[in-house]
Amino acid sequence: MRAFNYSRADSPAAAASQAAQVEGAKFIAGGTNLLDLMKLDIETPVHLIDINHLGLDQIEATPEGGLRIGALVRNTDLAADARVRKDYALLSRALLAGASGQLRNMATTAGNLLQRTRCPYFYDTHQACNKRNPGSGCAAIGGVTRQLGIIGVSDACIATHPSDMAIAMRALDAQIETVKPDGSTRSIPMADFHQLPGNTPHIETSLTPGEFITAVTLPAPVGGTHIYHKVRDRSSYAFALVSVGLILQKDGTGRVAVGGIAPKPWRVEAAEALLPKGAKAVSERLLEGATPTDDNQFKLTLVERTLASVLAQARETA
Amino acid sequence: MKFDTPATTNPIDRLKVVGQPTERIEGPLKTSGQATYAYEQHEAAANQAYGFMVDSAIAKGRIKAIHLGEAKAAPGVLAIVTAENAGKLDKGDYNAAHLLAGPEVQHYQQAVALVVAETFEQARAAAQLVKVDYQTTEGKFDLASVKDLGVEPKDELPDVNHGDFDKAFTAAPVQFDQTYTTPDQSHAMMEPHATLAAWKGDQLTVWTSNQMVAWSVGDIAKTLGLPKEKVRLVSPYIGGGFGGKLFIRADVILAALGARMAGRPVKVALARPQMANNTTHRPATIQRIRMAAAADGKLTAIAHEGWSGNLADGKVELAAQPSQLLYAAENRRVSMRLAPLDLPEGNAMRAPGEAPGLMVLEIAMDEMAEQLKMDPVLFRIANDTQVDPVKTERPFSQRQLVKCLQIGAEKFGWEQRKAQPGSRREGRWLIGMGVAAAFRNNLLVKSGARVRLERDGKVVVETDMTDIGTGSYTIIAQTAAEMMGVGLNDVVVRLGDSDFPVSAGSGGQFGGNCSTSGVYAACVKLREAVAQKLGLAADQAEFADGQVRVGSKSLPLRNAAEGGALVGEDSIEFGDLAEKYQQSTFGAHFVEVAVDAATGEVRVRRMLAVCAAGRILNPTSARSQVIGAMTMGVGAALMEELAVDKRLGFFVNHDLAGYEVPVHADIPHQEVIFLEETDPISSPMKAKGVGELGICGVSAAVANAIYNATGARVREYPITLDKILDSLPEMI
Amino acid sequence: MPISRRNFMILGAVTATAFAMPPFISLKAYAASLEQPAMSQVTLQVNGKPQTLEVDTRTTLLDALREHLHLTGTKKGCDHGQCGACTVIADGRRINSCLTLAVMHDGSEVTTIEGLGMPDKLHPMQAAFIKHDGYQCGYCTPGQICSAVAVLKEIRDGIPSHVSPSLTEPPKLIAAELQERMSGNICRCGAYSNIIEAITEVAEVPA
Repeated sequence: MRAFNYSRADSPAAAASQAAQVEGAKFIAGGTNLLDLMKLDIETPVHLIDINHLGLDQIEATPEGGLRIGALVRNTDLAADARVRKDYALLSRALLAGASGQLRNMATTAGNLLQRTRCPYFYDTHQACNKRNPGSGCAAIGGVTRQLGIIGVSDACIATHPSDMAIAMRALDAQIETVKPDGSTRSIPMADFHQLPGNTPHIETSLTPGEFITAVTLPAPVGGTHIYHKVRDRSSYAFALVSVGLILQKDGTGRVAVGGIAPKPWRVEAAEALLPKGAKAVSERLLEGATPTDDNQFKLTLVERTLASVLAQARETA
Repeated sequence: MKFDTPATTNPIDRLKVVGQPTERIEGPLKTSGQATYAYEQHEAAANQAYGFMVDSAIAKGRIKAIHLGEAKAAPGVLAIVTAENAGKLDKGDYNAAHLLAGPEVQHYQQAVALVVAETFEQARAAAQLVKVDYQTTEGKFDLASVKDLGVEPKDELPDVNHGDFDKAFTAAPVQFDQTYTTPDQSHAMMEPHATLAAWKGDQLTVWTSNQMVAWSVGDIAKTLGLPKEKVRLVSPYIGGGFGGKLFIRADVILAALGARMAGRPVKVALARPQMANNTTHRPATIQRIRMAAAADGKLTAIAHEGWSGNLADGKVELAAQPSQLLYAAENRRVSMRLAPLDLPEGNAMRAPGEAPGLMVLEIAMDEMAEQLKMDPVLFRIANDTQVDPVKTERPFSQRQLVKCLQIGAEKFGWEQRKAQPGSRREGRWLIGMGVAAAFRNNLLVKSGARVRLERDGKVVVETDMTDIGTGSYTIIAQTAAEMMGVGLNDVVVRLGDSDFPVSAGSGGQFGGNCSTSGVYAACVKLREAVAQKLGLAADQAEFADGQVRVGSKSLPLRNAAEGGALVGEDSIEFGDLAEKYQQSTFGAHFVEVAVDAATGEVRVRRMLAVCAAGRILNPTSARSQVIGAMTMGVGAALMEELAVDKRLGFFVNHDLAGYEVPVHADIPHQEVIFLEETDPISSPMKAKGVGELGICGVSAAVANAIYNATGARVREYPITLDKILDSLPEMI
Repeated sequence: MPISRRNFMILGAVTATAFAMPPFISLKAYAASLEQPAMSQVTLQVNGKPQTLEVDTRTTLLDALREHLHLTGTKKGCDHGQCGACTVIADGRRINSCLTLAVMHDGSEVTTIEGLGMPDKLHPMQAAFIKHDGYQCGYCTPGQICSAVAVLKEIRDGIPSHVSPSLTEPPKLIAAELQERMSGNICRCGAYSNIIEAITEVAEVPA
């Protein structure tokens, strides 16, 4: 871990401004992924701006009937919020399926979105990785790929995005609110937030330098039955092989977002339209163009079967 | 004390303290964080500096150049150790690869340097500035592709050919032939390998985390070119070992070299992501099982052939070994082949040989039972043997496998199991039950101790025995208390210091039985000294309640030490009883699983182990040993695999996020039953090992339960859900 | 927060001038200013006692406890949030002390295993772990115990878990809830079954 200076910001705009002033500065909130990567010399900020004291830890109702979740709301608090539990159960369930109790107490809403891939080749600095070291190649391709992506990947990178929360946020049509160093603000739809790797796998989000996430907003509740099924190799405290987030309405329509298979939460609206036809139709459309390896081909079947299972559960509940 | 005739009645048989469920005597220290492990010896030496290891980026080749300039200039750096400046280093007798690479690199993440700095943060930062140029050479990384290069391990397991296997197999009405694989596994103990090293002149002291004090003193001395007497090793608490700390690793040698170069004490802990490739692991195996039986289910022939790989000086994984002894059959072939691999060194992990061997053999037994249309419990019972099947004149000292199976079946509700796979469903879940035999040999190793009666009446035991979570502190205290007739509170146990008498150490599940036998021997000597001091006849003296009695005469024990402490020191040495009798421990595992009919996720719902392992010295800690081993067996069954990158030659998932071991949510309430057993052939304690028995067979019981639940017969461990998806019911 | 040595100047400028953009500081120039480690003073309330430390900004809360305060009950098992051995209770919540910086906790109240109880006065959870043999090697144990104490509070506070059947009903004190919530504390010795029994016993005694 390189030496760095440390400061505490006193407002979001000040944080953004500080970040823009020092090349290689980073915000630190929960720290659960950033420090992990700094210890391995993968993240190498020269300055950390502590944003834990900005008061961005509130969950407020919006005039539109939705919720505005402060960027610094801890995963535990978001999952336990009564409004989230009642109206956005998918989000609670996804959060609770992630990490451990300790980590959820630390990890923040914005940090969760910004966490980086868990690809083992990304984590091993002896190995070539275009995401970590642009242009160095990808050691994962042709290597051990059981956990890695099957869709949305590229010849440069086959990593997945590891977040559970993001799957729910995508299904719920969340918006990311930001402030830029010049003080201007904008709102980014979840669909546009994470970037596919293409030839630039080191660019993971649509944030510009210094741009600071202040909140995530949820539109008014859409109702329906919410189920999040995370499939993993052990019962808890593990990343997903595949996860399926489903919101099913009484009329059989709904939304589906899938984790563990792509560099971003994987949702295809055209596939959702096939929900009344069942899991097979949806997953075929959802996974159209998938390029699995021998090691992770099973994810195609697993997505379909998991979706079928949550659909059956949702129909029972409804 | 020479132990060469079966034990008769002795003071241990009173079982006032020994055999009683006893809380660990170090419990208050461990639960309050006051037990200090290797990296926590702040009081041991002043002015400690920190070392951080730099590891190799390649699996095989040569270091062309190491660029230290940036690292040397980094803040706080005191010294950088490399093979170029370390002086001549030998290799330990128990190490296959050198602990410091250079110029040759023998495996991925082999140590190439140690950076020593004032603080941990500085040492780590500077280590990340060390740049190394390598010349890569081609290596062998795939066991399957090199297995045919394997050679017979003549010293460890020469081929067994008993009867005429080929003839019997061909002639039999029922034949079975399948091949299985077990993966490389990581010990993944919670405490990383760590050492504090300090020199006083040419005298080296290391506070380290090590299971085998005397072996390791020898290997440190050999590696550094020192006389053994110049090395002291202290290892009072060990945060788990499972075989991974049987031998010295890079942390010890690097800390010693770093301390010498920096001129002050240096402590080094391996970073977690360095451990899987830098240290040892349980080697992967390929195993072929052939069995033949008569229609009545009696095995007539069994062949167990296995392959494993290792570095040039490494050993074979003796996976086929249990098939020498576990089941009757007149015709038998047992063989292992050791193939050359350039992966990190494979070595012992909890129940080496038996654990991966039974992972396979006990699935095969399940398959064979099904082929014979027999119940798997009854099939195993039908093929029990009370003698060594190859040397039939050699009986087992004790063998209660049948009783373990019978009692287990009864307690577990085995009769509810449906033979037809996939026929029990509860909602989303497919339910299945599995059974497996547990079997692990009882090894005997010389073990010494020193027991001192202090003036205040306290009994102090000193031995270089270690407690790796096994409960050594407590059973040693129980032994001394029983022998000297005092309460547990009057016994002080000091372990893990090479200044103490050499013990068996913690390995091969021999530590408990052998180390307490050594304490027994030392106590016999002390009793003699006490009796003499008190003017009593040693052979008639009874030690109880703090008194020494002969007939109606009774004197306080502490009187013997009025004029100064009395010391008894001795070792237990084992004669040829192990030649005359086969000494083994047995058990039966029963497992119930639920498998998600859609996704193939497996949940273990119930587990029962019934064990017959000699006298159980402390039922509390013995039970913990067994449930812990059952837990590790669940990991081996369902998730544990060091994934090999066969192109680049390394274990890819080299941290605790990538190498998954069971968590709380994977493990149900576990039941353990110990059968009444005392084994006078084994030792004066009449005990045997139990710490490894518990893992033997568990994984196969899980595998068999998954088969019973789903019909998915997976022969490649671990049984991850991708391997059973295709066998699950169609989804609507 | 007081910042020591020469880094104070750079940092002071940045902090004080939120919108008054000073010239952009290049990575190279900035890194050069960091030849010496950045040091910082931090005051932690550890087990009820204020502790003021001068630490490298890189020092984790875990290393501050272990290497500076010599409170080695909190263990380093992986240093990457993958094992839970470093669990402490900070400002009322259990966290992985390896994945947070000491400087981030200026003013925090931290409870470690030493603060829960010592051999002469054990916390009921520590006593229950001894009684049920909920440990073997002892290395994950302090983290398990800190976590267990916090888990019971989380259940009392109504925080749901992955296995809670309903998100709208309060979670129940049952084994499945404890097993899920304790899953961030790995025990390679495999004492899980006993640990759950120990926690259950403490839970059943009204707080």
